[in-house]
This record gives sequence, structure tokens and C-alpha cells, in this order.
Amino acid sequence: MTTAPTAISVAPGRGRRRLRPSGSFFRFLLRRLLAFVLLGIGITLVVFILTQLVPSNASATNLGEQAAGDPAAVAAFQHHYGLDKPLPVRYAIYLGHLVRGDLGQSSLTHDSVRHDLAQFIPATAELALYSIVFASFVGVAIGVLAAMRRNRPADHALRVVSLAGISMPTFWIALVALYVGFYRLGWFPGAERLDPGSSPPPHVTGLYSIDALLDGDWSLSLEAIHHLVLPALVLAAFNVSLLARYTRSAVLEVAGNDYVRAARAKGMPERVVVVRHVLRAALPSVVTVLGLVFANVLTGAVLVEKIFSWPGIGQYAYQAAVNLDVPAIAGVSLFVAFVYITVNFVVDVLYGVIDPRIRIT
Amino acid sequence: MSLLEVEGLRVRLPTARGLTTVVDGVDYRVERGEVFGVAGESGSGKTMSMLALLGLLPEGAAVEGSVLFGGRDLLRLARSRLREVSGRDIGMVFQDPLTSLHPMLSVGRQLTEHVRLHLGLDRRAAQRRATELLEEVRLPDPESAVRAYPHQFSGGMRQRIAIAIALACRPKLLIADEPTTALDVTVQAGILRLLDRLRRENDLSVVLITHDLGVMSSIADRVSIFYAGRVVESGPREAVLRQPRHPYTRALLDALPHPEGPPEQRLVAIAGAPPSPGSIPPGCAFHPRCPYAVETCRRDVPPLLAVNGRALACPVDPFTVP
Amino acid sequence: MTELAVRLRGRRRFVRPTWRQPLALTGVAIACLWIVIAVFAPLIAPHDPLAQTFTPAQPPSLSHLFGTDELGRDVFSRVVYGARISPPIALLLVGLAAIIGGVLGGVAGYFRGVVDGALMRVVDLFFAFPAIILAMVVAAVLGRGLRNAALAIVVVAWPSYARVVRGLVLSVGDSEFVQSARLLGAPARRALFRDVLPNVAGPVFVLATLDLANAILLLSGLSFLGLGAQPPQAEWGSMVATGTQYFQWWWMGTFPGLAIFSVVLAFNFLGDSLRDVFDPQTAWRSEETEP
Repeated sequence: MTTAPTAISVAPGRGRRRLRPSGSFFRFLLRRLLAFVLLGIGITLVVFILTQLVPSNASATNLGEQAAGDPAAVAAFQHHYGLDKPLPVRYAIYLGHLVRGDLGQSSLTHDSVRHDLAQFIPATAELALYSIVFASFVGVAIGVLAAMRRNRPADHALRVVSLAGISMPTFWIALVALYVGFYRLGWFPGAERLDPGSSPPPHVTGLYSIDALLDGDWSLSLEAIHHLVLPALVLAAFNVSLLARYTRSAVLEVAGNDYVRAARAKGMPERVVVVRHVLRAALPSVVTVLGLVFANVLTGAVLVEKIFSWPGIGQYAYQAAVNLDVPAIAGVSLFVAFVYITVNFVVDVLYGVIDPRIRIT
Repeated sequence: MSLLEVEGLRVRLPTARGLTTVVDGVDYRVERGEVFGVAGESGSGKTMSMLALLGLLPEGAAVEGSVLFGGRDLLRLARSRLREVSGRDIGMVFQDPLTSLHPMLSVGRQLTEHVRLHLGLDRRAAQRRATELLEEVRLPDPESAVRAYPHQFSGGMRQRIAIAIALACRPKLLIADEPTTALDVTVQAGILRLLDRLRRENDLSVVLITHDLGVMSSIADRVSIFYAGRVVESGPREAVLRQPRHPYTRALLDALPHPEGPPEQRLVAIAGAPPSPGSIPPGCAFHPRCPYAVETCRRDVPPLLAVNGRALACPVDPFTVP
Repeated sequence: MTELAVRLRGRRRFVRPTWRQPLALTGVAIACLWIVIAVFAPLIAPHDPLAQTFTPAQPPSLSHLFGTDELGRDVFSRVVYGARISPPIALLLVGLAAIIGGVLGGVAGYFRGVVDGALMRVVDLFFAFPAIILAMVVAAVLGRGLRNAALAIVVVAWPSYARVVRGLVLSVGDSEFVQSARLLGAPARRALFRDVLPNVAGPVFVLATLDLANAILLLSGLSFLGLGAQPPQAEWGSMVATGTQYFQWWWMGTFPGLAIFSVVLAFNFLGDSLRDVFDPQTAWRSEETEP
């Protein structure tokens, strides 16, 4: 559940290896791509199985009370939707729909799931974007700082603070933020993406702050950002602490290495040693954690969106789960899972770009 | 004037129990073009004394004494001046080439970054220089090696790369800290021959730190023996290794197995163990393990006295026939 | 730029024993406090957690230390009784996940080959879904309620253990002393217990401690969403949910949240200190350097 990053085993050893030509990068990429595709197929299978498990009576929901009592009508319905066919066939049909981009129809909104997703995703995307950017900069900076002041009071203080940061329930932080920032101080709005009177900017990306800018409407963009501050900060809280801790240990693990000392022995200035030698060597670990960060954002989004009435995927997923809206549940799960494995794929590839030793595994 | 003159070097490192002395008043000098061997067991302070030269000691370390290099005291230099000396006039090779080369930077990059810094070469000139250097250390296929990464090479080749890096700016002094320890025996000889040849071709002085007397005996011109942070004996290699005068040196040599000896001959070990830096015995540090110790050995730290081009820190001097 | 402290790669490092680390001590102290509160809840809580009074939404006072909620129940008593719900359940489910995941991972690492490959594909699949999505869906499938929420979290949690234990078993199995034990003809089971288990126990324990923190967060999170504990259960997460509805009465949500925070903090402190024992290089303490 602490979604552990993929364990990377590096075993160069004192081998008798001859000089290997590069071009192993493409092979590495290919291998990762294959794993990615296989995983994707596996996900569709899992989601499909989940949809079969959810105890909802599709025919009753869709036919209405009267027709549901008529066995002939039910049979016709089931035949029409292929519900009477064996499981593997149904899976194949399902895959067929997926490939064409048909995710079914939400039993709650009665819109196509794809339409729903398109509507709700941008809100979460905007929130996630600001939150992750903020968390990354602040978290990494704190981590590097803590590493540089190792074992001094600042470091110990940061350790306690970062532990506290990952111990606070997101929904509680949201509550406190809402109470203090909105209710008490009145600095920030407490709900929605825009003020009650405002209408969203012309749709380009779906991210209001950016679309408003593209439209030339500065005040609307600022208004959108104003609404983003509280939820984004709350979402970032956990990740700032997480990143600070990971960055710190990554930098420390690296800073003690001989090659850092060797770089100093060459007379390289400290700035170069830190950036080119230490940070680069620490980067893989930090990049690995980005996958975790992303997962946390998704998890936190569900909670934060509920509290701040943010019309995003989290809310949609929650409503779907609570109301047993099977197509919506399936659609959201698929989407979220795919985004997640894509992020992990990118992270994996980045890892290979940064650390050439990995390309062998 | 000697290339390197170390006088009264004392290094103390921060530990949980406060500052502990790891190098306790060490004197030696290295002349131009010679290989100076520094021998001693782990914990004898030989590596620390070298790190002190280039300011590579851990934070909180206290250093005293003087280290004269080319007339300047390295210990009194400002950081920026010391950085100019590091890598350009003094090169260093570390023990384990697996960890002393950056795993994510190409070999070429690691060869050229300080060359460009110290000598101001542009990228193309630096690249050419890198290839030349790899040729000098006899690395196969230098053109592709420049673009490769350290993990693609075997241990011996990596050490050659490390040597090339250390010599990239044509320094006058090369400090090699246990350069062969992490390598197979068959590869060791090659590295030593390489060092010897480079020394002769470039008028280079080499400080060779090792715990292996066999390694020292092959290329060192003069040697000094470290024990518990002090120099106990030094002098020309032949003299010290053939006719050791300090009981510790003698014991070290006796402990070496002799392939020509009779098969029943048992291996000789030195009784006891070297003291750890925090608990060095009073007086002569070797006295608890020394069969020739007398009362004064327990009280007074024996000074390093120079005699006939050799130096000895043992008032007892049990092996010299008067 | 300030120079980074250069640490030697010294082999001998001075580890202050766990029981002298202030962080671990604090964690243990808090955890013990909560255990006491949970066990002696009826003695500590001044009121019945389910008893509604006619004084709803009272701010904290002497008679109601944490105030009353929207139905007039004493928040303090509810927080105290809440210690009997989330923490013990989280403990159980982490234990369950650790056992299931550990056994499966151990099997994969021991038999290797196809078994290993198949299991790891399954684990990868589980990892592809962010925790809360998976938990929500499973909870929805199983129905609401604390027990089902706990089961959902077990489903989410076991893969971590599988992966960790598999990795450990693989590396220990590769280690020379196990191989030589095999060569010497020691029975496989003996090798398993003597060599593998001790090496596995430590990291799994560290993972479990940290996982416990996350489990409590997830469990209360699910309850917050309404998928876990149902009213009128005095579970901390659902209490915060009610508190969010009436957020102007800050005491209703703040105190349960603080309770969650303190318990989770305790386990994070503990887990972090334990991790230092296994990974001294990055630990937060002074070390002795070796020349």
C-alpha cells in the first residue's frame, strides 16, 4: 500500500565484461514498452472482472420497474446487450468497445462515461498540476537543505516536521485549511473552481487558469488560481514531506560516495560537485518517488475534492462507487490506472536515461 | 628542495567521543621523479595524511603542521587556491575504481571536466586530450571508450581510467591510495608497471599508499612505514626492506609467507592487533606487541631520528649491529 | 554554496540503541498512551459515546472537554471510544496483509521461475491502481461497513509485502552461505528458517510499522467518505466527515483528526527509527568515523 517503487537491482561487480556498444537504450525502451502494454491488457481484465462482481442489476436499472418484471423483456434486454453470453466472449466484446473508445453509459448521469470523464478530468488535472509542481520544488529544496545541514538542529527539526507532514490525514488538513483560510480569515474561497457569478473561459485545455490566460482574461485566471490555492496546498502537504525525506536520503546516500570525493580531488568547484555529481546521482531515487507522489495526489484528490466541492475525477469516482454505477466505476478505474502506469512508465524510462547502468536490467 | 615536505602533520577527526587523533605528528618528504611508498595497516593513518593534503577530510576535522608543496603550505592555502592545486598539480587515484568513478557520467566527461577547468581547453581539444590519455594508459579502443560509462569496463581498465583522470593535467605529484588492492593479482602487476612507466615518461612523483609490502617492493624508491598514526621507519626501499631496523617493520616482513621456505614453516603473525585511534598506548604505540620493548618504550614517544639517509623511531634499535 | 559534509565510507558506525532514540521513545509513548485509552475507555470517557443530549454543538467546556457534536454527543468520549475502532482494526489488517503478502512473496522468491513471474505480474497489476481507487471499488462491491473497508485495505496492502519478501528471499537465497548450506545437504526447510526468516523479519517489521500508519489513514479516509464505519459508530474518520459538514463548529472535526494524527505520527516515528537500524547510511544521528 505504500506503493513501493520498483526495486532496481544493479550488479556490475568485478566482471570481465568487455566494452559494450550503446544502443542498449533502445532495447531497454522496448522492454519497458512491452511490460507497459502487457500491464495495460491486464488492467482491462481486472476492471472487467470487477464490473462482473459489482452486485447491480443492470436490467432492473435500465428497464424501469414494469419491464423488469416481464421475463421476456428482461431476456430481450440481456440478449441485446450480450449479457447472456459466456464470460470470455463478454470480455472480448468489452475490449472491442474499449478500443473504439466506448466506455459505456453512466447509470447516474445518463451521459456517456467518456463524456463525463472529459468533463471532470481537467479540474483534477489543474489541481494536480499546481500541487505537484509546488510540492516538487519545495520538497526537493527542503530535502537538499536537510542533507546539507546533516545532523544539525535544522536537520532534526526538518525530520520531525516531515514525519508530521506524512502523518496528518489529508481530509483533516483540508478541514483545518477550510476553517482557517476560508471561515476565519476569509482569504480564500471554500468551494468550486470559480466564484458563483463567473463563467468558465472558452475551453482549450480545460484548465481554467490557463484557458483564461489564453483568452486574455487575467482577472479570471487569477480568480481560478485563487480558488486553487487551498485545495492545491492541502494536496501538496503530504507530498512535500514525502519528497523532502526521499531527496534527503538520496542526496546523503550519494554525497558520501567516493566519486564525490574524487570530483573534489580534481579541484572542481563545490557548485559543480553538487549539481553535476551529487544531484545527478541522487536524481534517480527522486524520480522514482514521482510515481508515488502521483499516486498520493490521486488518493488525496478524492478526499480534497469532496471537501472543496471540486468537480473533478475524485468526486466522480466517489459518486460512482457509492451509487454502484458500474460503467462509471469501470471507466474511472481504467482511466486512473492507465494514467498511473503511464506515469510509472515515463519514470522508468527517465531512470534509464539518467542512470546508464539500469539499461542492462 | 623536495617536491613535497610534510612536517609535524597532525590530524584529528570528530567522533562520538570528541576529536580523536588519527595522524600524530608525521614527517616525510617526496623528491621529484621518485616513487615514495607509504606502508601500514588499516587504521594507521596513511590515507588520512594524504587526504589532509588536498583538504578532503570530513567536516570538523582539525589539522596541524605544515605541508610544503612547491614552496607553498597547502594547509594554509585558501580553498580556491587549493582547488587550483588539486587536480592540476596534484592528482589522486582512489582505492576502488568501482566507486571512485561517477556511474552516470561518461568516461570522456570525467576525463575532461577538470582539464577544461584547469587548462582552459575547449571541448574539441579536451576530447582529443581524453583520447590521448586513454591511449597512454593502454586502454583498448580509446575513441569508443570516451563515450562509454564506467560500468562497461572491467576493474583493471577502470583503474587505468582513474589513473588517466588523475594525470590529465600533467601534475607533478600523483597520490595513489591502494591502487591495486581492489584488483586481481594478475591485473595488479599491469597497473604497477603502468605507474612506473608513466612516472618515468612524465617526470612524475608518485606517493604509493599500500598495505601490501610486495606491491611496494616492486616499484618504490623510498618507503616509510606507518603505525598508529606515526612514521616508525623510512628510507630507501632496498635498505628498509632488506635490513629493517624497526621491530614493527621486521615483524611485517617476517609475516610474509616465503614461497622458497620449507613446507613445514609456519606463518608468523604479530601478536595482538593494531590499536584503534581512540586507544593508542602511551609511549611507543607498538610497545605492547614488541618483543624488544623496554621501560622507556612505555613512557616516551620515540622521535623519528634520521641517520645515514634513513629514519627510525626506535631508541632500542635491536637489529643494528654496532 | 555551503559545502556538503563529506562522510567517510567507514565500515564501523556507532548506532545508539533504538531504546535511546528520542523519536522512537516518543512514538512508543504515544502508542502506549493510546493502548491504555483504548483498553480503559469505559473508565476514561465521562459520557456514553452514543448518548445524545439536548445540548448540541457546544464548544469545549469543563463538562464536555471537546464539546458536543450535532446530536449533542460528547466529542471527548467519542474520541476515546474511537481508539477502540480504527487502531486495532488497522493492526489486524496490516497483520493479515503482511502474512498473506509475505507468504506469497516468500513462495515466489523460493520457487522462482514461473511461479515467481506469475505472482509478480499479479503484484504489478495491483500496484497499477492507486490505493484509494481500489479500496473504494472493493468497498463498494462488498458493501459499506467497517469490516468490508478493512478487507478492501488488505487487498490493497498485501502486494507491498509480497514484493519486499520476495526480494529478500531472492537475495538471501543467492547469498553464499545459503548456497553452501544447500551444498552441504542441509534440508531446505532448515535453510528457510535459520537463514531466510531472520533476514526477512526485520525489513517486514519496518514496513509493517510504517504501513500501519498508512492503514489508519486509509481506513479513516474510507470512513470519512462514508464507505467504512457507519453512523452512529464513533470512528474518527467519520467524525471528521461530520465535522466538515458543520465546519464552523471546529471542535467536532478537529479533535478526532488530532487523534488520528497522533496515532499515525507515533507509528511513523517508530518506523522511521527502526529503519535507521537497518539503513545507517542515511540515519539521523552522529557517527564515529574510521580512519
